[in-house]
Formats: sequence, C-alpha cells, structure tokens
Amino acid sequence: MMARGAATILLVLISTAVYADITPSRQRELVHLVQHNCGSCHGLTLQGGLGPPLTPTALVKKSPATLRTVILDGLLGTPMPPWRPFLSETEATWLVDMLKQGKFDAN
Amino acid sequence: MLTKYYFQNFRWRLVLGFVATLIVSSCVTPRGTGDLGIVVERAAGRIVVVETTGRTPVARIAGIGDLSHASVVYSRDQRYAYVFGRDGGLSKIDLLKKRLVKRLVQAGNSIGGAISQDGRLVAVSNYKPGGVRIFDAHSLELVADIPANYGTNGQQSKVVGLVDAPNQRFVFALYDANEIWVADMSEPRRPAIRKFKNTGKQPYDALITPDGRYYIAGLFGEDGLALVDLWNLDAGVKRILDGYGRGQRKLPVYKMPHLEGWAAADDLLFIPAVGQHQVLVIDKHDWNEFARIPVHGQPVFVMARPDGRQVWVNFAYPRNDTVQVIDVATREIIKTLTPGKAVLHMEFTPRGEQVWISARDSDRVNVYDTNTFAMLSSLPADKPSGIFFSARAHKIGL
Repeated sequence: MMARGAATILLVLISTAVYADITPSRQRELVHLVQHNCGSCHGLTLQGGLGPPLTPTALVKKSPATLRTVILDGLLGTPMPPWRPFLSETEATWLVDMLKQGKFDAN
Repeated sequence: MLTKYYFQNFRWRLVLGFVATLIVSSCVTPRGTGDLGIVVERAAGRIVVVETTGRTPVARIAGIGDLSHASVVYSRDQRYAYVFGRDGGLSKIDLLKKRLVKRLVQAGNSIGGAISQDGRLVAVSNYKPGGVRIFDAHSLELVADIPANYGTNGQQSKVVGLVDAPNQRFVFALYDANEIWVADMSEPRRPAIRKFKNTGKQPYDALITPDGRYYIAGLFGEDGLALVDLWNLDAGVKRILDGYGRGQRKLPVYKMPHLEGWAAADDLLFIPAVGQHQVLVIDKHDWNEFARIPVHGQPVFVMARPDGRQVWVNFAYPRNDTVQVIDVATREIIKTLTPGKAVLHMEFTPRGEQVWISARDSDRVNVYDTNTFAMLSSLPADKPSGIFFSARAHKIGL
C-alpha cells in the first residue's frame, strides 16, 4: 500500500525524459527494493541502522556520482554490497535523485 | 411486513448480543499464555497476537512505530511481551488483555533487547546513541544507561548481539569498537562491566548457548568467530574457526546473517557462513570446524528445532524464497521448501512439532508440520517479519 502510494507520487514527479526507460512497474519494484532490502540495514524509514541514514539531510554533502558508485559497486571494508547485478546505471542515478529529494520516505 | 420482520429480528439480535456480553463479562474463561506468540507486521507498525494450538490470529495491536528488524522478549509469567522497534521504541504488550500497556522511545535507533535472568530488567541494544539502556520490566523506568564508549574522542559504538546470561548478566558486542562487554546487573543501578578488547572486526550478531555458558559473536570484518566462556572470564576471548573462508572470495552480502541457532545433538553448533552459500558446523568439544554444508544461498537464520534433530535455514536476497532443512544426524539437506517471497523468519512451537515461517512479500505466515513438512495453515499478514512465541520466556538468551 505504502509502496504503491509512494510510487504514485514518484510517477507524477519523475516523468522526465531522463528516466524514460524506467517503467512505472519497475519504479514500484525499486521503491520496494529501497524500503525493504536497503531498509534492512538503513532502516525502513531510511533513518539508519547498521548502515548510515539515507535521508536528504544525511546525504546533502555527498555528490550524486559518489553515491551512484557506492550503490552500484558497494563500499569496501563495510557491509555495503554492490547492487550492480540488480540495477542499471540509469536506475542507480534515479535512486540517488530520489534519495536526495527524500522521495522514499515510507511515511 | 418485511421491514417489520427485519426490525424485530434486529431487536432480537440486540437482546441476544446484550445477554451474551453479560455472560462473557461476568465469567471470562481464564486462559494461559503458553501457546501465544507475536507476529510482527513490520511496515504497518503493528503486531499480531497469535495462538499456536488452533493456529489463529487472536488480536492485532497497532501504533508500535517502525518495526523493521523488530524483536520480542517475554516476561517470566509469559503474560507480557516487550517489543523492540528500530526507532528506539520499547513497547510492553499485555497478551491477555490484548493491548499496549506502555510505550516509550528510549533512543534514536535500536536493534533488539533482552530480559534479565530474574525477569526484573529489560535491556535494549542501541545504535544511536550507541550503548545499552536498562529498564525496570514492570514500570519501564530507566534503571541504568551504559554508553558504549570507545576510543579517545568520546565515540559511541553501535551495540549488537545483546543477550541475557546466568548470574544476572547481560552480554553484548560493540560493532564499531570490536569489543565484547559483560555487564553484571546484581546491583541494577550500578552495573559492573568487564570489557574485552580487540575481539575481532565488526561483530555483527551473537548467540549464547542454551546452557548460558558460551557467548559467540560472528564477525563481518574477519573470517572467524569470537568465543567467550562465561564460566571462565579470565581466559579471555578465544578466536574460533579462524579463516573459515580460507581466502575464498566472499560473495556480496545482501542481508546480514543472524545468530540464533544451536543444535544440541552431538554437541554441534550450526552457524551461517558470511558471504558463502554454506552452513558451518562446529564441534563444541574442541571448537573446530566439524563440517560445512553447501546450501541454496547465503544463510540468514540457521535455527535448530527444539529437539535438535533438524536445522532450518533461510536465505538472503535474492535467493530468499526458499527454506532448507538439514538433518542433524547425517548433515544432509532432507527438504527444500518455497514458502513464499522474501522469507524473513522462522519460529518453532515449544516442542517443535510446528514451524511458523513469515514470507514478507507474499503477505503470509505459513505453518508447517516439521515431521511431514505438510503445510498446516497459511495466515494472511501484512508484510510479516519476526515471529516470537511466548516459550522464549523460559529460554536463556532469547
């Protein structure tokens, strides 16, 4: 329900051409991935857990390029795994964009 | 005519309902709580109280906050459940009255808790601020605060693997500081803490053996585990299974394993290998590797049935639709089940004839007969995660 709600909001906001290949159903999958799989370390509401918080405030000083690399290739010496097997580069860019805007807030 | 009939019928039902209410309220059948439990609905911030005799939901209690990674311990009378939420929430639930008794947000970010041997203290393991806070089990008043300080700049470590231990102690590991602490709570307001340093990089979780003697922390940053013999603290921390990966390339870990398994049969300990599709088997006599069992994916929970004859294993994303059963006697996989999408947790009934399995993305909790592997029930639940039965009240470390 919540995922669907969030996805609907996203659809309205992100219909720009840049992310045109990310279909609405794929966007829903990605929202689910963030909430539940990223959420197992970063918290369902992304306030942090074993991993750091992923709220817009927490990410404000991180460049989108760095964040995208961390998502795709993981972070050595930490439990952050590479998500490249499950995400395209465009999708990772979209995720960073969404995170920075706080669009994944489950509430 | 028809309207009149309906009206009378409605009145009649009202009278019946009133009489029934009178009867029920004047002589409520007393019931025990030994067959009750809790299923966490993580995204909804709600718990389901369930009973395992008829395998039905009894009540749903909402308003418990962010329940991602929530866990539960029980009072010694098995009436109250303490729910530890990710958002630092500590909630006390009355299983008989089916209501939230008290809830407080005691920290910014938490990972679980424990109840003391005498049942009077509830301890919570916190990430933010890093440390352990200890509360009166009855009133939830703060009794002691143990910040997990380390280093020279006042850093506080995230705390993991918090368990209760005999002689009124709590034991826990410091993820950022690579330490294990043993807190003696004999004087609740003045915890006596013994610290072990350099116990291994990034302890991610820990277990205590059911006899309450050995505390074992799994390490994320190294191939191996850290062992503390609580009968002999002076012996310090012993490294076991050092280099179990033997230089094999670790696979990326998409979900941290949990340590909660112990098979008593043959004194074997079954634990998940980090970053490998393997379950490790340790011989308790010498703490050496006894065997390793190839499994379907990276294990998350490796849990022994209460009689120790079987070990059930679930797996990390993306291979998380499967559960495998290991026969302890032969160390062979005797069954592979696919209970649903995103299997998160498993819980056995007190004597192990049933296992309840949560499949988050299928929104189901499935109940299996552990002898025949037949599915006995399938209960709808909203994104179910942890399942905790009240029998945990009488088990050390749970």
